[in-house]
Amino acid sequence: MTPAEIRAAVIDILETIAPDEDLTNLDDTKEFREQMELDSMDFLDIVMELRKRYRVQVPEEDYENLVSMGSTVSYLEPKMAGIPAE
Amino acid sequence: MALTHHNYTPPVLPRIVLTGIGLTSPNANDLASHRASLLAGTSGVQDYEIRYVGKTLAGICNYDALKYQNRREVRRGTRAGSIAIYSCNEAVVNSGIDWESIDKSRVGIYIGVTEHGNVETENEVYELSQFDYDISVWNHFHNPRTVANNPAGEAALNMGITGPHYTLGAACAAGNNGLIQGAQMLQLGQCDIALAGGVSESIHTFGIFASFKSQGALADHSDPIKASRPFDVDRNGIVVSEGGCVYTLERLDDALARGAHIYGEIVGHSINTDATDFVLPNPERQSQCIKLALQMAEITARDVDILSTHATGTTSGDIQEISALRKVFDDSCKVSINNTKSFMGHCMGAAGALELAGNLPSFEDNICHPTINVDNLDDDCAIQGLVLNQPKQLNNVKYIVNNSFGMLGINSTVVIRKFSE
Repeated sequence: MTPAEIRAAVIDILETIAPDEDLTNLDDTKEFREQMELDSMDFLDIVMELRKRYRVQVPEEDYENLVSMGSTVSYLEPKMAGIPAE
Repeated sequence: MALTHHNYTPPVLPRIVLTGIGLTSPNANDLASHRASLLAGTSGVQDYEIRYVGKTLAGICNYDALKYQNRREVRRGTRAGSIAIYSCNEAVVNSGIDWESIDKSRVGIYIGVTEHGNVETENEVYELSQFDYDISVWNHFHNPRTVANNPAGEAALNMGITGPHYTLGAACAAGNNGLIQGAQMLQLGQCDIALAGGVSESIHTFGIFASFKSQGALADHSDPIKASRPFDVDRNGIVVSEGGCVYTLERLDDALARGAHIYGEIVGHSINTDATDFVLPNPERQSQCIKLALQMAEITARDVDILSTHATGTTSGDIQEISALRKVFDDSCKVSINNTKSFMGHCMGAAGALELAGNLPSFEDNICHPTINVDNLDDDCAIQGLVLNQPKQLNNVKYIVNNSFGMLGINSTVVIRKFSE
């Protein structure tokens, strides 16, 4: 997956987890929590969906990398590089 | 010396009245349309399909979940929780209480359920099977979704209620039991407003269908609206339905002080236990339950205007209940007897509360809604007073008695009196 494809995959997960949010103007440099309502259970949901959809494991010590879209894509890039886009 | 309580006389307790009703049933999403469906003979049963069981029948609710929850909350919570949220909010709105101004720590929630947690557990085990039983994909929401207090707890969370919340497991007697618990807690002063009733999400668990099927107690009919037919000779079991019904209960003085509309007064109730079988009812204990409730209401069987039966459409259960009624009511009684499940199927934890709600408007219009789908009355279910297929005009309905019975031999009866100061 390219960074753009990874971003699209994360957006798709966010749309599932937070279906009331408008993500069209999401700023990749800002923290998710500044832009949308997400609590700790939602972050666990992101981790779970990555595991279910792409078999990507995110260990607990790496959760801090999922703070913004930019940091999430950078973190996932090496993990998802070999995964074909859907 | 052994303690004996059989001569104990309770102190005079505050009178408890019903001042609001919120509901969703397979045929309606508010009291007026629920009543209209029952008077028009409209069934809410339809075709349904569920994992492993395949094609079957069910009563399905179509309330607007987004009226009181956002999509994220619906996704996160349970169906039972969502139904409880809808019903509790509607009960408050219907009561006319100024919700913003009241002390939420003095509100209690008492929700009866037949079962809870099966839906989530089944879904998650299925999901697990899709991932070769890799436990790391097990949902982290499993515990908050399946804890036994879930439906009442979700409603409390949604409405900011910080008083007590109880989810009461009582098989199919649960709707009545929620109502009884709410009334008792008001009388004990544990709360000033009780939101009380029952909910069911049971159509979303294949296990309940499969278990009734294995038991030979799952209804089947080529025409869904004909499938739920208590007392008919061709009845062949239960139509599983979902639903919710919650009452706003208040002490009479509080209700009068705010000029509330009063739907009726809870003047008698009883819960007892068969202690004879896992599944089969015991008419002797059922009749005792009814008599105890009448005794508490300080009335006799001759005073009862309408009796709403529990009958579910099983071969033996319907006969057993009629047998119980014969032990209470004789030919000198004026009672009209009906059944709401013939319209909407068996709403499980919500059944008792929904069935009572469908009858409460009789205090205003003096009409008894019928039992539908009785093309050929089973001789063993024949009893004087059965209202079959068409509504019946009555005079001055003053007392409604509501039966609700469940597995493990739990029986409950509630007596509601038309309000009069």
